[in-house]
Amino acid sequence: MSAPIKNPAAETLPRPAGLAGLAADWASDQRTFKNVSWGKAMMWIFLLSDTFIFGCFLLAYMSARMSTTVPWPNPSEVFALEIGGTHMPLILIAIMTFVLISSSGTMAMAVNCGYRRDRKKTAILMLVTALFGATFVGMQAFEWSKLIIEGVRPWGNPWGAAQFGSSFFMITGFHGTHVTIGVIFLLIVARKVWRGDFDTERKGFFTSRKGRYEIVEITGLYWHFVDLVWVFIFAFFYLW
Amino acid sequence: MVDVRSGIGEALPPPEVEDVELYHPHSWWTRYVFSQDAKVIAIQYGTTATAIGMVALALSWLIRLQLGFPGTFELIDADAYYQFITMHGMIMVIYLLTALFLGGFGNYLIPLMVGARDMVFPYANMLSYWIYLLAVLVLVASFFAPGGPTGAGWTLYPPQAVLSGTPGGKDWGIILMLSSLIIFIIGFTMGGLNYVVTVLQGRARGMTLMRMPLTVWGIFTATVMALLAFPALFVACVMMLFDRLLGTSFFMPAIIEMGEQLQYGGGSPILFQHLFWFFGHPEVYIVALPAFGIVSDLISTHARKNIFGYRMMVWAIVIIGGLSFIVWAHHMYVSGMNPYFGFFFATTTLIIAVPTAIKVYNWVLTLWRGNIHLTLPMLFALAFIVTFVNGGLTGLFLGNVVVDVPLSDTMFVVAHFHMVMGVAPIMVIFGAIYHWYPKITGRMLNEVLGHIHFWVTFIGAYAIFFPMHYVGLVGVPRRYYELGETTFVPESVHDLNAFITVAALIVGAAQIVFLFNLAWSLRHGREAGGNPWRATTLEWQTPETPPPHGNWGKELPVVYRWAYDYSVPGAPEDFIPQNHPTPGRLSHEGAS
Repeated sequence: MSAPIKNPAAETLPRPAGLAGLAADWASDQRTFKNVSWGKAMMWIFLLSDTFIFGCFLLAYMSARMSTTVPWPNPSEVFALEIGGTHMPLILIAIMTFVLISSSGTMAMAVNCGYRRDRKKTAILMLVTALFGATFVGMQAFEWSKLIIEGVRPWGNPWGAAQFGSSFFMITGFHGTHVTIGVIFLLIVARKVWRGDFDTERKGFFTSRKGRYEIVEITGLYWHFVDLVWVFIFAFFYLW
Repeated sequence: MVDVRSGIGEALPPPEVEDVELYHPHSWWTRYVFSQDAKVIAIQYGTTATAIGMVALALSWLIRLQLGFPGTFELIDADAYYQFITMHGMIMVIYLLTALFLGGFGNYLIPLMVGARDMVFPYANMLSYWIYLLAVLVLVASFFAPGGPTGAGWTLYPPQAVLSGTPGGKDWGIILMLSSLIIFIIGFTMGGLNYVVTVLQGRARGMTLMRMPLTVWGIFTATVMALLAFPALFVACVMMLFDRLLGTSFFMPAIIEMGEQLQYGGGSPILFQHLFWFFGHPEVYIVALPAFGIVSDLISTHARKNIFGYRMMVWAIVIIGGLSFIVWAHHMYVSGMNPYFGFFFATTTLIIAVPTAIKVYNWVLTLWRGNIHLTLPMLFALAFIVTFVNGGLTGLFLGNVVVDVPLSDTMFVVAHFHMVMGVAPIMVIFGAIYHWYPKITGRMLNEVLGHIHFWVTFIGAYAIFFPMHYVGLVGVPRRYYELGETTFVPESVHDLNAFITVAALIVGAAQIVFLFNLAWSLRHGREAGGNPWRATTLEWQTPETPPPHGNWGKELPVVYRWAYDYSVPGAPEDFIPQNHPTPGRLSHEGAS
């Protein structure tokens, strides 16, 4: 599937300079992004679209928070935990953020090992990434239950603006769904790597197409994106 | 602009895109139903969109019957009327126009016109259709749900959309509507990603972006816009669904209904309007840009002349696409937002007139001294230009705040957007079907029936919408179930309304002639051959007609020139196909 092939004829042509050159490069023959496979291009464009979804969610939440006339609950206090008698604001969120960012690290290592054709390491690193992801979702479930026990509902909470609960469940829920889908995706690809599908050129169950190790990187793109979105949610929802 | 000198020795660009292995269907089911062939998917999209569009057409009849002869038909009470206008609008804009242009024409034409075997991910493409079908079924289900479909108006503005005074507000109507839209967006995204990646990364050798037919440019840009605009609608739908189902207050202010204080409080209805129109305005161009592209190709082919200012046409499409993301609040001048916003959005709105005018001038200049064949596609293309200019001019009225405020929510607005977004794109759709039907089926559509269809539709559309401008100017509000004894409405308005209704019934009936023609010509139409219009673009150069799965036989086509080499001096025929090997000049841009 569209592996990079060099085009010597294109190298010898005179190139227009400046903006015209930029336009000419983008408009060039057969492929706009040289050395980018179909799958990777598709994932990037999907992520761009998904950015708009999270952007709209966050903007809607921010406009609600800025225009509310009742006090907004203090996230440092709401998300504080008592651990061993010590009051620690945002501690759970800090751990969750640490876990998710670490998972991006193991994911990057998995991509590297994938291109080295190190099946075992790749699969293990992907499983570790998935495990981190699952831990994140588990902690989020804990956080949800804690807030629900304390009386936070989509339609109201004991501390102030009702939009606090609605935005919280909606945004973290949507992000958590993304992480969960990512975990499932990671497990599927890890299984394929482990079984050696990309060496034996086994055909996909649904698509009947051969996969390549690049799918590890494409999965990684999605995973890093979900991670990056979390950083924004962290900044705008918890730290604000 | 285009160098068509022949005989210059040049290197043929080597293939950069590997030929893909396609999924080969093994049974009738995988060949015609769960098919991964973009052309079959296109026909599935087209058929489904047309079927649901006929429902919307029937609804428009019912709307007009009420407006023309109020109180005559007991079936149409106030609730039913609001349900009809809501479903008519939503179906026409989303489930017919968007699906038909992008899912239908996009799927059929993109792979053929850029010289690919199929979309890049045929399996996701197939899923896209089935999810679209699910969205349509959920939408149709709302007709049978308790309380009927939603009657909130196609804009679904809260708070009224989820209150009990609105049909479907406290029943299933609004829930099914929002769910259907969410499903539609998910399905569209799968297809849309395919269209974009196919255009960007899967073109034939020699097919630079600046050699692509404008049809592909229009559909491509519209798809990119849809991928960035639909998220806002998705978010708005999710949030309103939560407001309705979970009791959140994203869009719901504190509100008293039937003397009872509701649980809602603190939400912002204006926020919904911003999200909705951040989708809604680009949506206008998501429908218009494919129409712009297709009509450019129709005009060029049937006037046997190259499109005037190809490069400007491309840039105009791209600039319109970009600008349309910063004009959305011109739909909200009377919403109570900050008046300074109105100033900004009026300015950006009027700037869009510049690239749009460039396109209109270029179409006219393409026709200028062309060898115009008044074929059916050409007739529809001409009708489009006229109608689009008409609708565009009233757009200038509505784009200015001071003129818009008195005209807001009158029938003038209805007339305006039906001209520019209803009639104009539909004209292109008809033209395109008459143009490409021979490629899809191998047979020509019947000309006599086609002419009846064209003239009744074209003149009829003006009979409907011209008087409607006047009705709006005298102040008749839109969305009113009946006018009753209103002193400022002159008697002539009632007569005009009856006239418009009769015209609408006739135009609707003409569409049945068209559908009959589609079915009849499938068996009895004249054999078309591979290239009946003597057109240059790649889809007419396929070895077989209709093209089989994989489109091109053994060898993928190689492109040597742009799509508009008509009436080239010195050439043996009045068109040179894009894959004709007398070489043009190879450059990084192709047509330069």
